[in-house]
Amino acid sequence: MDEAVRKRLIEAMARTVIAHADELTELDRQIGDGDHGLNMKRGFEAVLEALPATAAKPLPEALKGVGTTLVMKVGGASGPLYGTFFLALGKTIPDAPTATTLAGAFAAAVEAVKARGKSQAGQKTMLDVLVPVAAVLSAGGADLGPRVRAEALAAAEATIPMKAMRGRASFLGERSIGHPDPGARSSALMIVAVCDAIGA
Amino acid sequence: MTRKPQVNVGVVIVSHSSKVAEGAADMVRQMVGEAVPLAFTGGNADGGLGTDVAAILAAIDRAWTPAGVVILVDLGGAETNSEMAVEMLDEARRGRVSVCNAPIVEGAVIAATEASGGSPLEMVKRMAEELSPQ
Repeated sequence: MDEAVRKRLIEAMARTVIAHADELTELDRQIGDGDHGLNMKRGFEAVLEALPATAAKPLPEALKGVGTTLVMKVGGASGPLYGTFFLALGKTIPDAPTATTLAGAFAAAVEAVKARGKSQAGQKTMLDVLVPVAAVLSAGGADLGPRVRAEALAAAEATIPMKAMRGRASFLGERSIGHPDPGARSSALMIVAVCDAIGA
Repeated sequence: MTRKPQVNVGVVIVSHSSKVAEGAADMVRQMVGEAVPLAFTGGNADGGLGTDVAAILAAIDRAWTPAGVVILVDLGGAETNSEMAVEMLDEARRGRVSVCNAPIVEGAVIAATEASGGSPLEMVKRMAEELSPQ
């Protein structure tokens, strides 16, 4: 994968997160502690700052670089969770991924997030987007990009009726029902940004 | 009879709030004294509420002893960030640092009390965790 493509993909994710910071914070204010947008914005601003150096590296190292930056800069629970995702993705992905190797690396990254958060799908977290998207990637087939994009958005919406069982939203119990999960939303935004950036 | 110089387990307190972290550390100091290496950190990199992996790594370093370090945390992100920090330690230290599943203030006091008696890492962690509902 050439440097321009790496730069475009990482930049697309970062710009989307930064552009939606207020929306993410507002979602988090409803069921969490209201810092998700701000934390993610801080992390991805640092990613943008490091982007020229990051994008110059092969894809595995570039993704690990993004992960390390997020771990160190985001704070909150989302820093180590997203950081772990990108670190694990970078550890498994080849420099020139195919649909198959991407699916494998994405699945490994999702497993790493499960271990870090001690969580599973169905608990109103980012995993409720990452797990179904991993399934679409693993199944493969035609029009993969548009299907991944649609799945990510639908899966984030599907967290609305869920009851939170992890993180601070879990303190709200039943009251967490009726709001989308901010982490699921930020995951969907990033996945959509990548799909759009590769023209899928 | 020669006696090995006593090296006590260190205690790190990680809260979303620097005031909570500092206050819990004050209580430990008053109740347990200076026998235990103690460090605390609270707040994110911008000084707001939150936790910061780099600051947690620095706190582990300040409280480090060859006997190891236990970490007491408050809410979700403090635990996740502390576990992340432990994984980022070099291999020699990684196995000697443990995040406790215990209430932050009571856990810190109990852990420090146990550590001040020279108990090993596993025992210090176990005593703190006995405070948690099973």
